[in-house]
Amino acid sequence: MSTADSLALPIFPAQRGCPFDPPPLYGEARDAGKPLSMQLYNGQKIWVFTSFEDVRAVLADNRFSTVPTTPGFPMQSEARNAVLQLPPTFIRMDPPDHGRLRRMFTKEFMVKRIDAMRPRIMALIEDLYAQLEAKGPPFEMVEDFALPLTSTVISEFLGVPVSDREFFQEQSRLKVLMDVDPVITLEASQKLIDYFDGLLREKAKNPHANDDLLSRLIIEQVQPGHLSHDDAVLHADLLTMAGHETTANQIVLGTLNLLQNPDQKALLLQDPALLKGAVDEMLRYNSIVQFNGARIALEDIDVNGQLVRKGEGVFALIAPANRDPKAFACPDRFDITRAPDNHLAFSYGVHQCLGQPLARAELQSVFGTLFQRFPTLGLAVPFEELEFKGDHFVYGLEALPLTW
Amino acid sequence: MKIHIRQDLCVGAGLCVLSSAQVFDQREEDGVVVLLQDNPPPELQDAVRGAARKCPSLAIVVEEDDPAGVAAA
Repeated sequence: MSTADSLALPIFPAQRGCPFDPPPLYGEARDAGKPLSMQLYNGQKIWVFTSFEDVRAVLADNRFSTVPTTPGFPMQSEARNAVLQLPPTFIRMDPPDHGRLRRMFTKEFMVKRIDAMRPRIMALIEDLYAQLEAKGPPFEMVEDFALPLTSTVISEFLGVPVSDREFFQEQSRLKVLMDVDPVITLEASQKLIDYFDGLLREKAKNPHANDDLLSRLIIEQVQPGHLSHDDAVLHADLLTMAGHETTANQIVLGTLNLLQNPDQKALLLQDPALLKGAVDEMLRYNSIVQFNGARIALEDIDVNGQLVRKGEGVFALIAPANRDPKAFACPDRFDITRAPDNHLAFSYGVHQCLGQPLARAELQSVFGTLFQRFPTLGLAVPFEELEFKGDHFVYGLEALPLTW
Repeated sequence: MKIHIRQDLCVGAGLCVLSSAQVFDQREEDGVVVLLQDNPPPELQDAVRGAARKCPSLAIVVEEDDPAGVAAA
């Protein structure tokens, strides 16, 4: 595949039309049943998979590698490329290294462990509601509610001091910007790594002093020699990052979904039994991790009849897959009664989101209470003034000004 | 129905527990799947089929008593 052949190919990523829907180009290719090839910012040709069955097949097949240093690994921008060249965590490893590292964390995210956190999550939410009421309307949901909540939850869970929350939010935000000078993303990454290096050294002096994930990691994995200090630092950074920006963006977009679909909001209020299904429907409908999953073929692979050759880069996109009419009837409709239990918002395969029980616990806690507490909650600005984060790794809103 | 699990493939996502907490659990030391019963009664079987379908690492394999009957259903 030479770049000269790529001149006529559409550039990846495609652009959205309606901000609630994936870019139309992906749906058109999916529904036409035709292979989609596109070109990256550097002219490299890639295959883009958009159907539910194809995306599941790619994500479940470990012959599609996530190791970014593999020659030809598809990068969507120079800035992203810079971040992915740093030492990897398990999300950028293949089996067996992937499983060996991931298993050091899986017990922390078990369903019953996360369920035990629900009272604490609810208490944090109640605190935030009280603060909003004390200040009075209007408020901005990203900064005044969603980020404080998710950042505090993950900080407490990991054992990161809450006083460092603002620092994390800012560095995490900078780290995942796409269309910027790579220096910006690299600097933010380095600041986070340096911080965790210091924090883990501090905790290692007395790891039994606190009951938190990082202290347990030091005791059970680092001190016995299963995990190096440097790898522990990288994974602390991963869990912090993954633990809050994603969930915060889903809280904000989920709120907007319900405001824009008042009939769905009314249904949810009338029947609390719809809550879990409503949360899964917003996960499906928004599919916020919009540039997941980049892969490279380690050998020739047949994907439901389409041949991908060894060394070719692909993207298996979860957003258009989650809008596949073959998997979901009337897929572009936001319908909380659909209760989709098989959506791909948390991806699929061995890399499927480790934090999904925590994400669900937070989302269920918010959406089980938000409109009950603020029944007249509404936009404080015209919809047209809302800015969506098209170029971020995680989709969402720059801000959501609300009033009641 | 007979359920087979591949603990070596399990990534601890817990979707099986959410599908059917009466059939699947996660072990304390690493969150990997354990079977509470490998031959569930009819009223639990659809949930088990759902769990197998949703498992991200294909670690749950269901052996049907009557595969043709299930396929036709």
